Amino acid sequence: MNNINEALIPAVCEIVAIRQDTPDVKTFRVLTPDGKKPFIHKPGQCAMLSMPGVGEALFSITSSPTNKEYIEFSIKKCGCVTEWLHAAEVGQQITVRGPYGNGFPVETEFKGKDMLFIAGGIGLAPVRSVINYVRDNRANYGKVDIVYGSRSKDDLVFFEEIINEWKNDPTVNVHLTIDREQEGWDGHVGFVPSYVKELGFDSNKTAVLCGPPIMIKFTLQGLAELGFSNEQVFTTLELRMKCGIGKCGRCNVGSKYVCKDGPVFRMDQLEELPDEY
Amino acid sequence: MQKINREVLINKANELLSNGTINRVFGWEKGDFSYDVTPTIYFTADQMNKKFIFDDFCGANFSKYLVAETKKDQNKVGVFLKPCDTYSFNQLLTEHRFDKEKVYAIGVPCDGMVDEKKIKAFFGEGISSITSEGDEIIVDTLYDGVKKVKKADVLQERCQNCKSKKHVYYDELIGEDGEVLDSNRFDEVEKLEKMTADERFAFWQNELSKCIRCNACRDVCPACTCEKCVFNNPNSGVENKSPANEFEEKMFHIIRAFHVAGRCTDCGECSRVCPQGIPLHLLNRKFIKDINSFYGNYQAGEQEGSRAPLTNYTKEDLEPSEAVNKGDN
Amino acid sequence: MRKCLLQNQNKLFDQISSFASLYIPVETTGGNASFKKYEQGMVMSDVLKTDRSPKDLFFPQTENLMEFKTSGKNIEVIDNRKESEDFVVFGVRGCDVKSFEVLDRVFLVEPVDTYYATRREHGIIVSMACGRPAETCFCQTFGIDASAPEGDIVCYKTEDALYLDAKTEKGKNLLSKLADVTEESDGKEALKQKEQIKTVLAKLPLANLKADSFGKDKTKEFFDAPEWQILSKSCLGCGTCTFVCPTCQCYDIKDFKTKDGVQRFRCWDSCMYSEFTKMSAGQPRLTQLERFRQRFMHKLVYYPTNNDGLFSCVGCGRCISKCPISMNIVKVMKALGGIDNE
Repeated sequence: MNNINEALIPAVCEIVAIRQDTPDVKTFRVLTPDGKKPFIHKPGQCAMLSMPGVGEALFSITSSPTNKEYIEFSIKKCGCVTEWLHAAEVGQQITVRGPYGNGFPVETEFKGKDMLFIAGGIGLAPVRSVINYVRDNRANYGKVDIVYGSRSKDDLVFFEEIINEWKNDPTVNVHLTIDREQEGWDGHVGFVPSYVKELGFDSNKTAVLCGPPIMIKFTLQGLAELGFSNEQVFTTLELRMKCGIGKCGRCNVGSKYVCKDGPVFRMDQLEELPDEY
Repeated sequence: MQKINREVLINKANELLSNGTINRVFGWEKGDFSYDVTPTIYFTADQMNKKFIFDDFCGANFSKYLVAETKKDQNKVGVFLKPCDTYSFNQLLTEHRFDKEKVYAIGVPCDGMVDEKKIKAFFGEGISSITSEGDEIIVDTLYDGVKKVKKADVLQERCQNCKSKKHVYYDELIGEDGEVLDSNRFDEVEKLEKMTADERFAFWQNELSKCIRCNACRDVCPACTCEKCVFNNPNSGVENKSPANEFEEKMFHIIRAFHVAGRCTDCGECSRVCPQGIPLHLLNRKFIKDINSFYGNYQAGEQEGSRAPLTNYTKEDLEPSEAVNKGDN
Repeated sequence: MRKCLLQNQNKLFDQISSFASLYIPVETTGGNASFKKYEQGMVMSDVLKTDRSPKDLFFPQTENLMEFKTSGKNIEVIDNRKESEDFVVFGVRGCDVKSFEVLDRVFLVEPVDTYYATRREHGIIVSMACGRPAETCFCQTFGIDASAPEGDIVCYKTEDALYLDAKTEKGKNLLSKLADVTEESDGKEALKQKEQIKTVLAKLPLANLKADSFGKDKTKEFFDAPEWQILSKSCLGCGTCTFVCPTCQCYDIKDFKTKDGVQRFRCWDSCMYSEFTKMSAGQPRLTQLERFRQRFMHKLVYYPTNNDGLFSCVGCGRCISKCPISMNIVKVMKALGGIDNE
């Protein structure tokens, strides 16, 4: 897409479809004005989206690289840029630059492993990219378990896809949970960390963890109790960013720049960093 | 008269710390050179013996620090206040920014603080040490040996134009109190007033174009105690760390001057800390001069609880149209 | 080596400015100077340190990156940079020259920041040996020699002449265009001055300050040090140290609505500011202690970790003379390094 030498100058793209996932999450499908996929990315990478005059912000790419048609961003309404995006209509142009960051090691460390994906709320957005990548390259990975929870049934992002595709995939085990009892919900009720412990996974799996800080904290404790070591757990960080290319200094934690050296970190790598994320 | 020196102040602090009146005290800390004094907080006399200093470079005004410090616990905080610092202190009390019951204010005398930039302008860089002897400052330089200069010539601007040697607030005073002075502090303002509008514009254009928006003037200003400054609020639409254009270059300073008008005690901290040497105090002093001429003399901070003319309506108040005419002069 | 008599100094400047923009330090108010674009008759200041470092000329305080025009749902991106021309910065001190290496390692690594890269490509640096270093100077701590600065051309100023020694192709090229206003010299005077400077440097009050205890991979040693609490105690949280620093390079990108579009500009930002890392989701550095620590850890530990041990401080001493509360990297290094300031 954009010339790598002009990293700060974005390309114009177009929102070609918008899906309301939850009351405060929408998924935006983005293409170049001539209908092409804007770039090739790795699962877990991010891109800068902006509306001139409103601002620019970094979002994780939620579609899998195996999708050859388009890229998608699932965005929760929580600030200036996101509010503007939520009000946008199909056909609206936005600017896009990227992809940025390291992404998940799907072709190296994950290969041949049994995968355990754990996500809470909007945290499923970056994880969905890996899940679908793994499903599309099924032979390269072992067993796949997905634990996903949200406040309520209505807050489960990608619900249709989870029910119609993931749940129907015989090679994938999906475990859904919501925080509180709700009419029309006969699945599990409870927080993600305790559900993970309840399910009691084999500690030979590689875990990918993404969600609110509090969920991460307690899930990590749970995984440790199940015998997981830090080297088996991956997560993705979110910090304030402006450039996306490791220069503006904002997302600097210790000697790492989350936008460039992250956003994906293995827990043992994170432990090496100062506790400022 | 007893010589008020470092030891006297340490002894006083020690007494207050040991008898439990206070549990910590704001004081100045000596640095690597003769002039790089840091405001700090001491918990023991031992710390003070090691680092405390009281000399010609103790310009820092602690009043604003009290806003945050007094909220930390129930203990009393000690603070050394020079006469001009007490005006800021009083003004903050007037604005209910901290509880005076949580502070023990020790008034200390001041015969003017020296501006090391002026010394450097005289003798160039390369200062090994600066000491004072009577009304003379003795400067040992790296290149030209020992030099002497009259203290009066190297005082900070605010001290050359000192408005008062009187402490308007203290729990205890060390030494004798001074008087409110007749100062020439409005002379520079008058010079600006005598300029044509274009000249004045060019003057401020030149000065404010040096601004790097470090916000030091705001952050040190005892009148700037908003918990969230409009210039830090990304949702305000005017949040700017650096000017997008020439207008914004001036906007920050103009808005700030308006915001502190009637509350600014003319402590001069803004100009003292400006890394670009912009005479920011002149903006505020113009407001003070105008307020004086429109509503009668008023000194912010002189009296705790006083109502500033700009926030106090009286029937005798100047009509806006008159103010405009007067302002044109 | 070429020599230019001081009486011909302005001829030299006129000559340079006839084919390139020239920036020289010019005195503003007593004892203060800043780099200004040379106009005929301007006098070069001997003030040791300009208020702002010459990083401004390569990484300006505010810089327009691009413009946008929007109509309906459409957006047009306009990169309106003009053709760049060569420029000369004359009189850059050794510490400030070194700061470009520090900045290069951020801006010139992939993906290259082309705004900065273009200026670096077109900028020619004439450095100036420090005849009279100040008490606040500590460039030696970082292995910088003020008597022999780097740069495209090194200049020594004696009582009656400038001695110019080209060090790079760019410098040689520039010097060759100045043959009319300079003469060949054996450079003995320059050498003499160099020796004099060395003697002075050894006597500076901070001459023995060492950075050895800091550097690569020292995060754990210093991050939780109790000294941060005391050091950051009275920090105002302003951006003075950051903005006068020749190696600080954090920036923000912002949009500004103009009459007929949107201008996206970048401006200096400071890790000392409370909003620097603030997100709608939270704030990883809640207090000034954390923000203060970030700045110094970055200079003394994080940057060296990523850059073969190179420190992100060049010892220019601007923060020493500019900080409103006189807190600075020297005090930080002394306190963390266990050197009591007695």
